[in-house]
Amino acid sequence: MPEIDTIFLFGSNPTEAHPIVSLHLKKALRNGAKLIVTDPRKTWMAERADVWMNLKPGSNIALLNGLIKVILDNGWENKEFIAARTENLDELREKVQEYDFDRVEQLTGVSRDKIIEAARMYSQADKAMIVYGLGVTEHRTGTENAMAIANLALVCGQIGRPSTGIMALRGQNNVQGATDLGPLPATLPGYQSVMDEKVRKKFGDAWNVTIKKEPGLKSVEMLDECVKGTFKGIFILGEDPAQTDPDLYHVRKALESVDFLVVQELFHTETTRFADVILPGASFAEKDGTFTNGERRIQRVRKAIEPLAGMAEWEVLCKISTLMGYPMDYKNPAAIMDEIASLVPIYGGISYERLEKGGIQWPCPDKNHPGTTTLFTDLFAKSSGLASFMALDHIGSGEVADESYPLVLITGRIREHYNNGSMTRRSKGIDVIVPAERVEISPEDAELLGIKDRNWVKVSSRRGEVKVRAKVTNRSQKGNVFMTFHHQSALTNDLTSEHRCPIAGTPEYKSCAVRVEKFTEAA
Amino acid sequence: MDQKLNMKINGREVHFLRGQTVLEVCREHEIYVPTMCHDERLQPYGACRLCIVEVAGVPKPLTSCTTPATENMVVTTESPRLTRLRKTIIELLLSNHPNDCMCCEASGNCDLQEMAYLYGASLDRFPGEKWALPIKEDNPFITFEPNKCIVCGRCTRICNEVVMAGTIDMTSRGFTAMPDTAFSKPRSLQNCEFCGQCVSACPTGALTNRKSRGLGRSAEVEKVKTTCAYCGTGCNFFLMVKDGKVIGVESDYNAPVNQGNLCIKGRYGYDFIHSKDRITTPLIKEGDGFREASWDEALELVASQFKQIIKEHGPDTVGGFSSSRCTNEENYILAKWIRTAVGTNNVDNCARV
Repeated sequence: MPEIDTIFLFGSNPTEAHPIVSLHLKKALRNGAKLIVTDPRKTWMAERADVWMNLKPGSNIALLNGLIKVILDNGWENKEFIAARTENLDELREKVQEYDFDRVEQLTGVSRDKIIEAARMYSQADKAMIVYGLGVTEHRTGTENAMAIANLALVCGQIGRPSTGIMALRGQNNVQGATDLGPLPATLPGYQSVMDEKVRKKFGDAWNVTIKKEPGLKSVEMLDECVKGTFKGIFILGEDPAQTDPDLYHVRKALESVDFLVVQELFHTETTRFADVILPGASFAEKDGTFTNGERRIQRVRKAIEPLAGMAEWEVLCKISTLMGYPMDYKNPAAIMDEIASLVPIYGGISYERLEKGGIQWPCPDKNHPGTTTLFTDLFAKSSGLASFMALDHIGSGEVADESYPLVLITGRIREHYNNGSMTRRSKGIDVIVPAERVEISPEDAELLGIKDRNWVKVSSRRGEVKVRAKVTNRSQKGNVFMTFHHQSALTNDLTSEHRCPIAGTPEYKSCAVRVEKFTEAA
Repeated sequence: MDQKLNMKINGREVHFLRGQTVLEVCREHEIYVPTMCHDERLQPYGACRLCIVEVAGVPKPLTSCTTPATENMVVTTESPRLTRLRKTIIELLLSNHPNDCMCCEASGNCDLQEMAYLYGASLDRFPGEKWALPIKEDNPFITFEPNKCIVCGRCTRICNEVVMAGTIDMTSRGFTAMPDTAFSKPRSLQNCEFCGQCVSACPTGALTNRKSRGLGRSAEVEKVKTTCAYCGTGCNFFLMVKDGKVIGVESDYNAPVNQGNLCIKGRYGYDFIHSKDRITTPLIKEGDGFREASWDEALELVASQFKQIIKEHGPDTVGGFSSSRCTNEENYILAKWIRTAVGTNNVDNCARV
């Protein structure tokens, strides 16, 4: 990464959410890399950017189309790359014509000077990398947003070479591994489709069962079914939807409605309140295993102490399965990995023995394969081997500011805490320096509402309200406020909306309409 | 492009690449050169002078950390003169050091202690004035014992060069030079990220992790290399374990992703592990609350309830939520359990939310 000459940071605040990734970016900056930041908040990186595009939440596609139009209009595209590696540019070219400066400025709030400068900087760079975060995906147009970013990278040919490409920063330690290994309704481990008969047969034979052809329900859909009363039993492994899912009223209703709920957890959470049985979980220090990081690097987790409750999650699941009449018996997690390697081609060459020497990046198809650092160096995943441009339209957020709810709430993380906070709030010192939730509000909006720093305020949306102290800061732009979801004492997701990306199912955490009012009783 | 060049170290022919320093070439070929102010995460600094080597044709020793390797260079890393100079350097450092290793938190994990031992340094060769500054413990994470500081600048450089936080810098001059915050203000979120990078860079006991103090020193603890359980970056570190308890986190400087760097959560977010609030026994709902149960009872109940639901309503009314916080193996087992013992594709993880 230090070789990059231009960093294009899109909807990502790595100094807070991915501090160690940010150190690599900082190193590139010290080596003279240029920095473009797209973020509605004035983050650490935005303050230091060569160009900061402070777009309105939900206007990613309009901005990206605008950038691509400028690049094509000026002939800044990488013609050689487009000819050799892509298809369908004409359709995109036609679509972006609809995104002239007037329209893009109006939709995004970003001035044309900044758009031209960013387009020039990125397209003319030798080695430019786009780093994007949840500011791209946590919208109802999340999937399209990511595709629009791919359009931009492809138009400029900034992909498939070292120090270029698109890097998506994954939020949780093993979010990559958890999608790799099959807890998904439409794919078996290793992104192998349940609709594919050969795949079903392979797993069916190995597991000695018949795998259903029809994809299952996504977690949010299961909760919808619970509310309807048609869903009867859920097992939740180490997750806290009653704090971290959006639109919590709906989630609570679902968890109340389901007949039988089992939750395996380290701590009592908002979700365990609804459980019929709570099973103790084991922390990462209490078990062997592997995590796969955002760059697809599979690394060992090693047991430092015995599980406090006597068993790790994998042992518990094996016991339940055995009691239900499907015996599962593994000597240790290494044996589970051996089974994974035999069924999942991208993990084909992985074994604990090899991982002792250090992590390996998948795809790693066999025992002699060294792993893969850069994807798509010669071919893209599509059957033609070419990358296809997608013509995309601005759709905007599911809920926008209006007279009754005039501000847009953006939710996210801060450096000191993590997700539902159950771990960090119980870490000495961290609980002292950041003891409670605060809503970040711009000095302009604060003045308009008569709110001073540390005042108690009530933040309300169409779904609920939360009482917190205000933090008046120019990190928030006029019109936007920001909150995290780390505190059980202020459930930010009581406010967030039910809108989600119809393709990926990702909720629109990054944008909902709220009202902020001064509130005195609690002070 | 990266043409291999030749040089000789201690009579041995070695290859190197243009741009490498003499120290880097030595380290690459596992030739020991003592260092104190050097940290691979930082720019070469040349302050401590311990890494001096002799270069043929140059009358005085050169600091290997700041000297670029050149074609046909002839280097000697050990000689009576170098040993004498290094010993004197250490004795000068010890002249203003508390030398209280028996009570020091960093004992066993201290470059100064190790070097003093290695070179047989005398503790009182240069008697003179000593600092008598108070310990600074103005925040929950980082303890600063200024009397143990050797002013190598590793802490201030990592704070400014790598983290770019600008929390501490060298203040004052000469004998009173010392790393400190601006205006000596207490560390708070106003001026510090509490990443503890300064602690990880300190070669002595001057900067230590406050939460681990008094719980066990290097020789008594077991170090278990593992991967962080917070964000998706995949940093490695060592969990420090004593008597079945995790007492702290220490950097793993060889980690491919983070090279020993960590953030506040990775370095200080571990004590939830032994929190009193941990659920340590299965719990079954009873009335408005929960009652404790044995594993056998709880698992029997879970298995029989799921079996009953499947029998009455079919497997597609049951589902599993997996966790991005759990291991690959656990995610695989959950997906397998739902698709075999339960018999449905209703399984998802929290990646999308």
